[in-house]
Amino acid sequence: MRTKTTNRVISRIIIYALLLFLAFIMLIPFVWMISASLKLNKDIFVIPYQWISAEPRWQNYIDIWTKIPLAKYALNTAKLTIIVTLLQILTSSFAAYAFAKLQFRGRNLLFLAYIATIAVPWQVYMVPQFMFMRKLGLADTHLAIIILQAFSAFGVFLMRQFYEGIPDSLCEAARIDGMSEYGIYAKIMLPLSKPALSTLTIFTFVNTWNDFLGPLIYLTTDSKKTLQIGIKMFISQYSAEYGLIMAASVLSLIPVLIVFMALQKYFVAGITTGAVKG
Amino acid sequence: MNTQGAKKRKMRQALVAYSFIAPNFIGFAVFTLGPIILAFIMAFAEWDGNNPMKFVGLKNFADLFANDRFTAALKNTIVYSIFTVPFTLIVALGLAILLNQKIRARTFFRTVAFFPYVASLVAVAAVWNMLFTPAKGGLMNQLLMNVFQTAPLKWAAAPNTVMLTIVLFSIWKNMGYYMVIYLAGLQGISEDLYEAASLDGAGALQKFWYVTLPQLKPTTFFVTIMLTISCFKIYDIVYMLAGGSNGVVNKSAIVLVYYIYEEAFRNWKLGSASAAALVLFAIVLAVTLIQFRGEKNYAND
Repeated sequence: MRTKTTNRVISRIIIYALLLFLAFIMLIPFVWMISASLKLNKDIFVIPYQWISAEPRWQNYIDIWTKIPLAKYALNTAKLTIIVTLLQILTSSFAAYAFAKLQFRGRNLLFLAYIATIAVPWQVYMVPQFMFMRKLGLADTHLAIIILQAFSAFGVFLMRQFYEGIPDSLCEAARIDGMSEYGIYAKIMLPLSKPALSTLTIFTFVNTWNDFLGPLIYLTTDSKKTLQIGIKMFISQYSAEYGLIMAASVLSLIPVLIVFMALQKYFVAGITTGAVKG
Repeated sequence: MNTQGAKKRKMRQALVAYSFIAPNFIGFAVFTLGPIILAFIMAFAEWDGNNPMKFVGLKNFADLFANDRFTAALKNTIVYSIFTVPFTLIVALGLAILLNQKIRARTFFRTVAFFPYVASLVAVAAVWNMLFTPAKGGLMNQLLMNVFQTAPLKWAAAPNTVMLTIVLFSIWKNMGYYMVIYLAGLQGISEDLYEAASLDGAGALQKFWYVTLPQLKPTTFFVTIMLTISCFKIYDIVYMLAGGSNGVVNKSAIVLVYYIYEEAFRNWKLGSASAAALVLFAIVLAVTLIQFRGEKNYAND
């Protein structure tokens, strides 16, 4: 009996030790980031490393705004992210409703077109897509980035999966009451699909906010660039401005951290929906 | 008269349905389906984006495999996948098993493990570049020298360690995502199986080997496929960690998507870029087909 409880205690200790070790590995770059963002460049690679600086240099967080047009970049990114997320949610949930709840000719064929493209990575068609956008005069515009992100097959797929789980009888009852399909969508389906909408929101938000290759290809004018591109440019130009680079990095993480903390459980739900779908 | 009415009603229903689909589908067809078709045409042509396209048959593909930058890209991408997939899988599974125990602060640990996945790449790559700096003052080199008593490494700055640095980074960044999938898989295993194993006198290790692992087979299969596909799409990590100040990645670290980007937007050889893109597509398609076959097997089980 006694050995059994000691065994339990030992296994508990091992589990917590492992977890703390892993948490340490996951967190250390972020802790270092904050620590270095409050230092002068010459103090960052001093041996041994000072985790908490004697005189934290808050000035880095003020200087970064004037060193690069950080506010402009942040504004561009916020604008793009909000528009893309709204469009994505609206058009995906709209289309998914028809795929899940309406009967019409060509339904399976159209849906197959969506499914087939999920398997084609964007990187495969990014070049012709760019040439096409350029032909339309959309190179170096925010509109191009919006179009790029707003009509994903993934969104339609995710929403359809969720709607399939809502009983048809609900829609039937509303139809008998004389409600139009648009009414059913707006008054019954949308309010019920809050979890799926949240999942789609957080995925689209994080993807658009963090997108790198899209803006890198499309946006050439400085004042149109996004946060990711702006910071990368700053890093390339001032590779020795360690403190400022870290301050900019910390700032760029804050919005994602907030959205992530607020909607975390939907994130997990979204990943597992994807997993179940296979 | 009646059938005509029914026909009319059906027609109206279809129109309503199309109106639901149209906003998304038009955008999708014009900006996704169209370009995909165009990619297949461009791969067999020579085009610089300004002059008219000239069809050259399979020449682009022949040139690709004779180009050592492309073969290096293909080789690096495969090497990267071979190392990243199994290690990410093992770490993700280990983490998921730890987090599936009855422990305190589970949400905290899960959040911590998951955050690198959502954190913006530019920011975390910037930190990694400083932690893994080739200079002796970097945290990782300090660790190597003082704790492991070995010589400092040049990390991303040396051809023989650049891939190692990229692989380590990508495991760290992405394992949280796959951990969540494994957690869902673990929660789907019935308690009865463990109880039955306990009655048979199985220890923790035996339970893991004879219950957990076999039960997780579909999850592992799915994770392997997803991971492999995402490994072949790698671009930005390499650009951030191994791209010099002008963003040029040299032969020791170049990957497929970077090659496509470079051929298209630096050299304006759009046909050659599209041919490379089709090679990428063929690989991803092959992996997806394996997935479909596998899923059928698991469905029969």
